[in-house]
Amino acid sequence: MQVQVNGETMELPEGATVAALVEKMALAGKRLAVEVNEDIVPRSQHTEFALSNGDRVEVVHAIGGG
Amino acid sequence: MTETPEIQLPEDKPLEIAGRIYQSRLLVGTGKYRDLMETGHAIEMSGAEIVTVAVRRTNLGQNRDEPNLLDVISPEHYTILPNTAGCYTAKDAVRTCKLARELLDGRDLVKLEVLGEHKTLYPNMPETLVAAEALIKDGFKVMVYCSDDPLLATRLEEMGCIAIMPLGAPIGSGLGIQNRYNIRLIVENSKVPVLVDAGVGTASDATIAMELGCDGVLMNTAIAQAKDPIKMANAMRLAIEAGREAYLAGRMPKKLYASASSPLDGTFF
Repeated sequence: MQVQVNGETMELPEGATVAALVEKMALAGKRLAVEVNEDIVPRSQHTEFALSNGDRVEVVHAIGGG
Repeated sequence: MTETPEIQLPEDKPLEIAGRIYQSRLLVGTGKYRDLMETGHAIEMSGAEIVTVAVRRTNLGQNRDEPNLLDVISPEHYTILPNTAGCYTAKDAVRTCKLARELLDGRDLVKLEVLGEHKTLYPNMPETLVAAEALIKDGFKVMVYCSDDPLLATRLEEMGCIAIMPLGAPIGSGLGIQNRYNIRLIVENSKVPVLVDAGVGTASDATIAMELGCDGVLMNTAIAQAKDPIKMANAMRLAIEAGREAYLAGRMPKKLYASASSPLDGTFF
């Protein structure tokens, strides 16, 4: 299936979880926040939350800003 | 009791934000530094306890092997104030705040800024009001970047914003406080902390904001883009303290003509 991750198309196995996506992005264990179709997916749900084809995912972190 | 005229000095209220007392009245941003090491050093030198960060996609920002900003500016040591910089609509600002709250383990303190247009980055007040209302309803503690309009400042306070942060001048312009009169009016009217956010260029600008009675100043570029950011961070720390002390001391009245400082009696000429 295909999902949009941070604006880019990504190929993921059917039913992949948010945790699997984060792992694939080499971001496991980092301090980040995930939104799927403009709704927050709390960290506690990353291992259960299954993504669906066409989902729009945002994976964000804190960077320098004023 | 001898009859001495009562001297009215401003009350020295500590800076309290979201139920926490802060010693430092200087709040700093983390953008535009050369690297994370310089960011960390400058912030340490500034003495700031509240530090702003931006929220962005993970493919932007640092290199993969570089430490994360929050490893250098630890949420255990600093109060992290996520901003909504770059948002031009209330909707984007609210989304950003929700992501920030998730990022920071449920901490609900945010700096709301909704911008109007790219050239001036002037606050978009209609969208700011919409976003503030939604965020407050959702339990956020909102420190709001706003125009220096005293009526809008009052409105934001009445809505429940916990700090009012009018711009001194456009973000990153370094022009200093452009409308002292309005900042003064906002300070007079407000029961929540008032912090000048944006526009400070050098130490004297920060001092002026504090002399006007502001509870604090938030700055980023003035430190980060100084030739020596660490030295400027120290200058800003001192400037904030000097301005605060001057405000509390109560300045002398301004006069049109001179008034000799040395006695006129006892001259030998």
